[in-house]
Amino acid sequence: MNSKAPGRTAGSQDLWSGLIFIAFGLLAMALARGYAMGHAGRMGPGYFPTVLGGVLAFIGLVLIVQAFLSSSEAVAGFSWRKAALVLGASGLFGLTVEGLGLAPAIVLIVMISGLASERFRPWPYLALGGGLSAFSVLTFVTLLGLPIPAFGPWLGF
Amino acid sequence: MELFDNLALGFSTAFTLTNLFYCLIGTILGTAVGVLPGLGPLATIAMLLPATFALPPVTSLIMLAGIYYGAQYGGSTTAILVNLPGESSSIVTALDGYAMARNGEAGKALATAAISSFFAGCAATLLLALFAPPLAVVALTFGPAEYFSLMVLGLVASVVLANGSVLKAVGMIVLGLLLGLIGLDVNSGIPRFTFGMPQLYDGVNFVVVAMGVFGLGEIIHNLEQGEARSIISRKIGGLMPTRADLKRIVAPVLRGTFLGSALGILPGGGAMLASFAAYALEKKVSPNRAQFGKGAIEGVAAPESANNAGAQTSFIPMLTLGIPSNPVMALMVGAMVIQGIQPGPAVLTEQPTLFWGIVVSMWIGNVFLVLLNLPLIGLWARMIMVPYHYLFPTILVFCAIGVFSLNNSAFDILLMVGFGFFGYLCAKLGMEPAPMLLGFIIGPMMEEYLRRALLLSRSDPMVFLQRPISAAMLAVAALLLVLVLLPSLQKKRAEAFQE
Repeated sequence: MNSKAPGRTAGSQDLWSGLIFIAFGLLAMALARGYAMGHAGRMGPGYFPTVLGGVLAFIGLVLIVQAFLSSSEAVAGFSWRKAALVLGASGLFGLTVEGLGLAPAIVLIVMISGLASERFRPWPYLALGGGLSAFSVLTFVTLLGLPIPAFGPWLGF
Repeated sequence: MELFDNLALGFSTAFTLTNLFYCLIGTILGTAVGVLPGLGPLATIAMLLPATFALPPVTSLIMLAGIYYGAQYGGSTTAILVNLPGESSSIVTALDGYAMARNGEAGKALATAAISSFFAGCAATLLLALFAPPLAVVALTFGPAEYFSLMVLGLVASVVLANGSVLKAVGMIVLGLLLGLIGLDVNSGIPRFTFGMPQLYDGVNFVVVAMGVFGLGEIIHNLEQGEARSIISRKIGGLMPTRADLKRIVAPVLRGTFLGSALGILPGGGAMLASFAAYALEKKVSPNRAQFGKGAIEGVAAPESANNAGAQTSFIPMLTLGIPSNPVMALMVGAMVIQGIQPGPAVLTEQPTLFWGIVVSMWIGNVFLVLLNLPLIGLWARMIMVPYHYLFPTILVFCAIGVFSLNNSAFDILLMVGFGFFGYLCAKLGMEPAPMLLGFIIGPMMEEYLRRALLLSRSDPMVFLQRPISAAMLAVAALLLVLVLLPSLQKKRAEAFQE
C-alpha cells in the first residue's frame, strides 16, 4: 500500500467493505433471532435471513483477512460538505414539500444542493429553481394531477 | 408461418397513434440522457416510472424500453464529440470515435455509429422474436427447483461478468437479497427488518433504492470528481461514409451484432459488457488493427453494434423467464409488477399483444432513432454543452418528485437519502452497487422458490441435483465460480477489463 493518494483515511477499501458486510450480516442474524426458524422442509421467516446474514458476515471476514494479507487500494478522502449538501437538500425537500408546497420546496432543493458545486452563483440558480418550479407544477400538479399543492398550508394556502 | 402472424399482431399493437407517440418520446428521452454525461437510462427510467402508472402496460413498457436502447445511440454522440462517454456502454467508442473526430471525421464517425446501431437493432429484434417463444415453452416446464437454480446461476454469472472484486460483488448481492426481505413475510405475515415502522411493511420500493444509489450517490461522486468539461469546437464534417468505409465495417458490424446479442442474453450482461467484448475482439481479428486507437472506423462500428444488440437481447430473459439480467431490466420487472403483470413465461401466452407489441416497437424505435439522430446531430451536440452544475440540481429535483409521488410520503425521500449515502460509500470503497439492486429484486422470489422446492421435496435438498435442468444450471454456476476464483484466471479477467 502506498500513501500517494492525498487526504486518504486510515484503512483500505477492502478492510472497510469487510467491516460493513460483517455489521450488516450480524445485524440481520440478530434481528432474525426474533422470527421463527422452522426447518428446511417448512422454513420459518427466520431461516433465509439467518443463512444470508451468516454468508454476508463470512464474506466480510474473508475480505478483512485479505486486506491484511495483500495490499488493496486506500480509501480516498470524503467530500463530506458536498455529500451533506446534496443529501440534506433532498431530505429537506421531503420534509417541506407538503407544508411549503412543491414550488418553494423545489427552489430550496436547488439553492441548497447548488452550494455543493464550485460554480454556484445565487442568481442563475434562483432562475433555475424558478424555472424548474414552474415546469414541475405545470407537469406534475396541473397535467398529471399529483396530489401535491403548488403552495402549501405553511404559507397560508 | 407463426412468426409472421405474431409480428403482424405486434405491428397492429405498436402502430396505434398512442404507442407510436410514446415510442418516439422514449427514444427522444433515451437519446437525450445518453448524450448527457452523468445521467443514465437507469436513473431516468426510475424517475419516469411514477409517471407511467397511468399509462396502459404496453404503452408504458414501450416507452421505457425506448429509453434504454435510445441511450445506447445517444451515448456514442458524446463519446465521439467530446471524448466523454455519455453512457458506460460507449466508453470504448470514445477511443476511436474521438480520434476520428480529431482527424476531422466526426460526421463520418457519428453516421457509422448510427448505421451500425440500426443494423444491430434490427437483427436483435428479429432474434428476440425467434428465440423468446421457444425459450418460454421450456420455461413453462420449470418448477420451483429450476427457478431457484436459475436465479443462483443468474446471480453468479452477474458476478463473473461484473467489473472489480468478485468477493465484494458477491457480498453486495447477498446484501441486496437481505434488503429485498424487508417487509411482511408472505407466508407467516410476520414483519421482518422493519424496526417497528409500518411504512416498511410493504418493503422498500425498488425505485427508492435505485434513485438513492444511482441518482444521489452518483451525483455526489460526480461532483467530487471535479467539474471540468472539455468543449467541442470542431466542425462535424461530412456525414456520409464512403463505399470503401461501408465495406470496411460490414464484417465488424456482423461480429459485433452476434457477440452483443449473445452477451445480452447472459445474466449480468447487457450493453456495456457487449461493447467492451466487441472492441477487444475486433482489435484481435481486424486487418486494420494497427490503426486502432488512432481513428479506425471498425473501432466505432463494432462496439456500437454490440451495445445496441446487447441492450435489446437482454429483454429475452426478462420477458420469457421473468428474471432480470441487469439493473435496467430489474426496473422493467418492477414496472410490469406495478402494472399488475407477473413477468414470466406466461406473459407470452396470456398477453401476446404485450409481448409482440414491445418486440415490434423496438424495431420501430430503431427507425425513429436513425431518423432522429442523423439530421438532428447538431442539436444533440449542443445539448452536450449543458453544464453539469446546472444539470445535477435538475436531476435531484426529478428524483425527489419521483420518489415522493410513489406514496406521497416524506419517509420514502428520507429512505432515498439513506441509500444515497450508502451509494456514495460504495463508490468510495470500490463496491459495485449494480449487483445489490439485482439481488434486491430477486431476493423475495428466490426465498419463495427455495421454500416451495424444499416443501415439495419434504426438505430433501437433493431435489436441486435430481432434476436434470436444475442440476445442470447449478453445475454451470459452480464451474463459473471456481473459474473466476482461480488466481491465474483472475489476472486474465483484470486484463480483459483493462482493455
